[in-house]
Amino acid sequence: MSLIEALPIALLGALLGLDVVSFPQAMISRPIVAATLAGAFIGHPAAGLLIGVVLELIALDTLPFGASRYPEWGSAGVVGGALFAAQPPGMPGALPASLLAALLTASVSGWSMVVLRRVIAGRLERTRDSIEGGSRDALLSLHLSGMTLDLLRAALVTMIGMIIFSPLVRAIVAIWGSESAPSRAVVVVIAAIVAGGALWKVFHSIRRVVWLFLGGLLASTLLLVMG
Amino acid sequence: MTSPTAPTFSLPHRVKVAMYLRLLALQGSWNYETLLGTGIGFVMEPALRYLPGGVDGPQYRAALARESRYFNAHPYLAGIAVGALTRAELDGVDPVRIERFRTALAGPLGSVGDRLVWASWLPFCSLVALCVYGAGGSPVGVVGTFLLLYNVGHFLLRAWGLRTGLSRGLNVASALGNPVLRQGPHYIGSAAAVVAGLALPLALQRVVGPGRALAGGIIVAALLGILLLARLHERAEGWRIALGVLAIFVLYSVLT
Repeated sequence: MSLIEALPIALLGALLGLDVVSFPQAMISRPIVAATLAGAFIGHPAAGLLIGVVLELIALDTLPFGASRYPEWGSAGVVGGALFAAQPPGMPGALPASLLAALLTASVSGWSMVVLRRVIAGRLERTRDSIEGGSRDALLSLHLSGMTLDLLRAALVTMIGMIIFSPLVRAIVAIWGSESAPSRAVVVVIAAIVAGGALWKVFHSIRRVVWLFLGGLLASTLLLVMG
Repeated sequence: MTSPTAPTFSLPHRVKVAMYLRLLALQGSWNYETLLGTGIGFVMEPALRYLPGGVDGPQYRAALARESRYFNAHPYLAGIAVGALTRAELDGVDPVRIERFRTALAGPLGSVGDRLVWASWLPFCSLVALCVYGAGGSPVGVVGTFLLLYNVGHFLLRAWGLRTGLSRGLNVASALGNPVLRQGPHYIGSAAAVVAGLALPLALQRVVGPGRALAGGIIVAALLGILLLARLHERAEGWRIALGVLAIFVLYSVLT
């Protein structure tokens, strides 16, 4: 993938990456949204949604509490959605390979957010006297530059992710040795385990939570059996 | 609950709108030193222009500097602090009292917001979207359901916080006793448990696609994995484990 080809996807990654923390935190950066939008960019929103669902299940594990470090799902969702939607339909290795690329992007992008926060703290240190003196210009400059840098960070992560992973995923898909059904099954099991563990972590203290879950499970089982 | 006291000065509507819009960009300069602090100053700035002397006056400068220092809160509930601090500054409250108030408010606004939003509302909305997907929803249907549902709560919470802060001023602590903030996580969590039971099998079944030959193996493997991860509790990050296992599987599938 060339720079020009990756540019529209990078712009989408920039906007959605900005949503994670800086503006407006409306959760357009959640993978179920980001991957679907990226898939729509490529012309296959349904493929984007499919990998977005798998990523969303895994993303349930990360809660963005305060200053904790966590993976950045906005750019990762865009990279995963675009990569998976660009593969020919029915290729067994497409989902696992695109998912792996998305998870690696999420990890790197999370690290880039830590770097950005340190950069902003460095800028703050340099303008501390002005801000302590009540300078409106210094404060606005710090804030707006922070947002601009976040936008650039997300664009860069998405662009680099697409340039590295696009040929890599294509190559992996071409030489993939496992059958289609087991490949999909492994991905589903991984997503189910992470989502189940995450939900238990968050909700285990709620009274009768197991019974409530089993109630929902019974309803879905009936729906599946009847369907 | 303490009744709101009458404001000594009412901000023009456009200033409140400007503050609300800036509230959406509150974390633009989030950093490890002042956390939300500079963002609080950024959001309050349009209102502080109404202090005596305007933007060139010493009161404006002192207030802007004071409000840009270290502060932490959940971003959606920070509007309570922004509104309350704005009212206090415009009412000419003693700066020492304002500093004490800032320190006291930061902790509760963080923990209450984290429990209500990150650990309840967000997973609940994700699960509802997964349920819509499992039920055969289209991309527009799934994404639209998630964004609409989540953001009704999100934007209303921010607006309520700012309004409450501006109307109550330093008496805002009682607003934290609001039933939605106190009991919301419990009720949302209970609903999320039911939706999880409904959503996970339906969504996973649709991801697997036609043919259920591996369904039994998938269910057993998933249940065993969930039990193991639940036992590990806080010691394991699920997404990291997913990354490792997936990398091994991709390597295996490429090399065989």
